[in-house]
Amino acid sequence: MFGLSALFLARFQFAFTVGFHIVFPAFSIGLAAYLAVLEGLWLKTGRSAYLDLFKYWLKIFAIVFAMGVVSGLVMSYEFGTNWSQFSQKAGPVLGPMLAYEVMTAFFLEAGFLGVMMFGLNRVGKGLHFGSTCMVSIGTLISMTWILSSNSWMQTPQGYIIDQATGRFLPKDWLQIVFNPSFPYRLVHMGLAAFLCVAFIVGGVGGWHLLKARREGRQPSEQVRLMFSMAMWMAAIASPIQVLAGDTQGLNTLEYQPAKIAAMEGDWESEGRAPEILFGIPDMETETTKYRVELPLVGSLILTHSLDGKVPGLKDYPKDIRPYSPLLFFSFRIMVALGMLMVLVGLWSLWLRWKGRLYNTALLHRVALLMSPAGFIALLCGWVTTEVGRQPFTVYGLLRTDESASPISLGSIETSMIAFVIVYFIVFAGGMGILLNAFRHEPHNNEEGPDEHQPHMSAGTTQVSHHPHGHGLAE
Amino acid sequence: MLESAYWLPVVWAVLAATAIFLYVILDGFDLGIGVLFLKERDHDHRNVMVNTVAPVWDGNETWMIFGGATLYGVFPVAYGTILPALYLPILFMLLALIMRGVAFEFRFKMKSSASQMLWDGAFCGGSIVASFMQGIILGTLVQGIPTKNHVFVGSSLDWFTPFALFCGLAVTIGYTLLGATWLIWRCEGELQQTMRRASYSLGVLMLLCIVAVSVWTLNLHTTYMDRWLMWPQIALIAPVPVATVVVATALFLGLRHKPSQLLPFVATLLLFFLCFTGLGINVWPNIVPPSISIWEASSPPQSQAFLLVGAMFLLPIILAYTIYSYYVFRGKVTTEHHYH
Repeated sequence: MFGLSALFLARFQFAFTVGFHIVFPAFSIGLAAYLAVLEGLWLKTGRSAYLDLFKYWLKIFAIVFAMGVVSGLVMSYEFGTNWSQFSQKAGPVLGPMLAYEVMTAFFLEAGFLGVMMFGLNRVGKGLHFGSTCMVSIGTLISMTWILSSNSWMQTPQGYIIDQATGRFLPKDWLQIVFNPSFPYRLVHMGLAAFLCVAFIVGGVGGWHLLKARREGRQPSEQVRLMFSMAMWMAAIASPIQVLAGDTQGLNTLEYQPAKIAAMEGDWESEGRAPEILFGIPDMETETTKYRVELPLVGSLILTHSLDGKVPGLKDYPKDIRPYSPLLFFSFRIMVALGMLMVLVGLWSLWLRWKGRLYNTALLHRVALLMSPAGFIALLCGWVTTEVGRQPFTVYGLLRTDESASPISLGSIETSMIAFVIVYFIVFAGGMGILLNAFRHEPHNNEEGPDEHQPHMSAGTTQVSHHPHGHGLAE
Repeated sequence: MLESAYWLPVVWAVLAATAIFLYVILDGFDLGIGVLFLKERDHDHRNVMVNTVAPVWDGNETWMIFGGATLYGVFPVAYGTILPALYLPILFMLLALIMRGVAFEFRFKMKSSASQMLWDGAFCGGSIVASFMQGIILGTLVQGIPTKNHVFVGSSLDWFTPFALFCGLAVTIGYTLLGATWLIWRCEGELQQTMRRASYSLGVLMLLCIVAVSVWTLNLHTTYMDRWLMWPQIALIAPVPVATVVVATALFLGLRHKPSQLLPFVATLLLFFLCFTGLGINVWPNIVPPSISIWEASSPPQSQAFLLVGAMFLLPIILAYTIYSYYVFRGKVTTEHHYH
């Protein structure tokens, strides 16, 4: 296809499917936590608006979670289909971690999801809240395992290499799980998931505030409540995220300096280095063209001192340099969006203090525009860290071209086309349903998925479970 | 003989087989429900059918993710040879599972009946393709996967054989029977009657498929034939056909006898169990027939032991809350009101 090699297509397919997938778990992590908070606040305060919001976002969660499950299913097999050499060599280390993820997280989520979705009228309030918490905890545990294994590929330790087979054999599981980049990545990704959802909730809230204003009426209590909660999250989490990103940068500088050099478009290793704000890195000529730079700031950001030495790509042989033109931009888009999030958060604090949070249309418009910001930043960050690991799958130890499967170009081309078609249909369908659901304003006595689904299904038909129907004995 | 490098793979082979079996029966009936959309066109009935599995299908599918992750961690050589060998069937299966998985949620949210029909089609088509591909995967595995130094050396269309395609058909029929008998148990009225009638012909077809696949398998390789006639395999295998006849009789009696609602489903589950056992005896101790054994395919003992410690505690807990979730949603699912 377009003269591309099987290896490139295998990588592209993997990136396409992970990129599609990663959005949904991030959404689920943030949303499950938000749902647990909403239900907890409802139980504590008895304020019905919390329950309305809970039911409103629960319907969204059903869609998001299903898309996460099915796209994740692909991932658990794609390591083997596309990277069979990698799987055989790194499987003894990474496979058990994935299996632990399934056992401690996926089953927990799926097991309690049914009760969370359809069980509010079947089990008591306490058990139902417990189920919501289990789902939320499940998403967090899942994130922990998958980031630990991803981090091990970035900063491997605790293994020995078997000379005969080239396999990575686990030596110390604590060292493997708690590898050096794991804690930083976990915090950074967790905050990213919360921010993704904060900006989605804020965007939906902002849209309904604008709509109410346009129609000359008061927005509902539920809309104001969710907008307010989203802006609190933005105000609190985004500054912390900047700090978390900075510490992860320091960690990367220590363990993967070539990645930092590629992200910054720096070619020469130097002290008192400038920060390149804009430029176009060129791998051939080993320069960054059209640069606009701030003197000394590069060293300041990366080393927290003015004369700290920052790495340059020329320190590394050409065949192990990550592709700088991509990293340079993905990193900058992420950082710029992060800074905008901080500004929105601070601005909302100011307006809240002034009592104008619900009647400053400009903030609501900005919130609406920013609603996908979390996801775009997340994807850019992911591209930065994964492309920055290249040309290795296990950093410094196993090259990507030695990780691939013996599959024919024709097979990969066929499956690539099928993937693109199916994912676009699914994505378009899912987006359509989500946007449609967002258009509807959360109101008093909001319907939950159990009451809602059958009504929607036929318009005229009500389908339900008999709670005390015929038992097993029959 | 009792070193960990010997028994850990055996324990894990049993656990992995159990997980795969649980996947087959659990996702089997919800895939079967999708296939049955071919027969059941009534909109309300379709809603009831989907609602019988709506609260549990995510969990059912999780067993498949568990199967993948376990193979990856415990038998990486199997994971790294089976998946490239079955590249296209596996990816088509996954894509089909995606289509039907999202259709579960999407079909309820559609406003127009045209778009609802479209997602119903995706649900049905996805279920058929996924079932068929799973059968192909099974057939190709039984047929054998050529490897050299733990690398797949066959061609990308090795799975395209009459035997594997027939297995695809057989598994699809089996899942459909599982779905139909599940619905006999979980529904009532007209829908239940329809499923009872459908189960007769599906039951006959499934038995024919079981016989055909068994005979065909024995003729695939002389090793399979030899194995069946060797001691102690013959002692293990001899009861299997006998038990199959008993269970099949129970199935048809259950279908005839109107008050028995659960028996047909249980009998179908047992049929699946017997087929699965027969298959297991056939390939044992290989995990990638014809040449890679479970010991050869294993990750080192420290990986398998690390995972086993957790599995011993976690799997019982998982089973407990899975059963709890089924228990919460027990009982008949019905269409309460008709407004035709």
